[in-house]
Amino acid sequence: MELFNLAIRSIFIDNMVFAYFLGMCSFLAVSKKVSTALGLGAAVIFVLTVTVPVNWLLNEFVLKEGALSWAGETFATIDLSFLRFIMFIAIIAAMVQLVEMVVEKFAPALYGALGIFLPLIAVNCAILGGSLFMAQRDYTLAESAVYGFGSGTGFFLAIVALAAIREKLKYSNVPNGLKGLGITMLLTGLMGIAFMSFMGIDL
Amino acid sequence: MSTESAELIEKKPSEALLSKRRKKLISDPLVDDNPITIQVLGICSALAVTTQMQPTLVMAISVIFVMVMANLTISLLRNTIPSRVRIIVQLAVVATLVTLVNEVLKAFAYDMYKELSVFVGLIITNCIVMGRLEAYALGNKPYDAILDGFGSALGYSWIILAVAFFRELLGSGSVFGVAIYDPISGLFGENFSLATNGLMVSPVGAFIILGLIIWVQRTKTGYVEH
Repeated sequence: MELFNLAIRSIFIDNMVFAYFLGMCSFLAVSKKVSTALGLGAAVIFVLTVTVPVNWLLNEFVLKEGALSWAGETFATIDLSFLRFIMFIAIIAAMVQLVEMVVEKFAPALYGALGIFLPLIAVNCAILGGSLFMAQRDYTLAESAVYGFGSGTGFFLAIVALAAIREKLKYSNVPNGLKGLGITMLLTGLMGIAFMSFMGIDL
Repeated sequence: MSTESAELIEKKPSEALLSKRRKKLISDPLVDDNPITIQVLGICSALAVTTQMQPTLVMAISVIFVMVMANLTISLLRNTIPSRVRIIVQLAVVATLVTLVNEVLKAFAYDMYKELSVFVGLIITNCIVMGRLEAYALGNKPYDAILDGFGSALGYSWIILAVAFFRELLGSGSVFGVAIYDPISGLFGENFSLATNGLMVSPVGAFIILGLIIWVQRTKTGYVEH
């Protein structure tokens, strides 16, 4: 039940895009068509669900203060948490590469759909942000897996919804200066207000 | 580049320290080619810190430092990095610089470190940094790369400071933590009270303020996206 609550919370209330502004770059750039938004969204769910637990393991057994105690008495007091950024980003880049190769080998159809988005994802702030939030909030392994999946789903929902609105928006007469990015920011703001209504949910 | 053309370039008289072309490197990203409002880069880690001016300023300075140093490093290494692994190399350089910034903040400005939390770390994945490394530093000389990084970071900084100015003024009634008007008794006494706008403190305010700034800025420069 606890895990279910966490999933709901990370999808709707602490939505990656609307509450923390994470992944805005790709959110704005890849939301012109629903089909591409679906591809990117699915790739983000996939990568977040894999990288957050892997980074949890790394944080728990290598980086945290006293995490190296399994290696012997002499290492018990070492605190490597200042290496967090560089290790997390290295894991993410490596995992994305690995995921890309596995998907290409075993699911060529999925690779065709996700292909171009996977490399982009290594530098998506939502992915690194997910891992950093996980470390900051001291989740357990199960929680971090659920959190990864939930925040990925939140991003998926947001980008697909925005793409659907932008497809319709093509037919409306927008002032020149607002075309493109301007109107998209205002739209995102309005969608954010809609998502604010989830804040009332008591979990 | 062949050795012949390299020699040709070397024979040219050296360029002035701040020639017209180099001034353009700094001034272009400020308005005409602004990384946020025109190129749509680096919005990710920017908006979250803009509820108050102070953390925004710290963030802006951090980004300027990281961008200048990263551009310099990559530009110095540009002939030794194999193109297949360049993304990883760039990430490693940027992550090291960001770790430095993070540790300095932790040591000397702990409150600020707490307030910015994960968003300092997210400078690593700030698309402006990666974008400039990829597009400029990999193919240009160190001094030009420094100027380019500085210009882009300044263009980014003034936009987030502008967003923070409006959000703090309208949302908390202050600028840089100094109260401008009292939310209850108002700017001109009790008869004309000016309530603070809670929406400005929430993420929604950032989207809308930035949307309006983009509108004004693009109308002035006449840039139209198709």
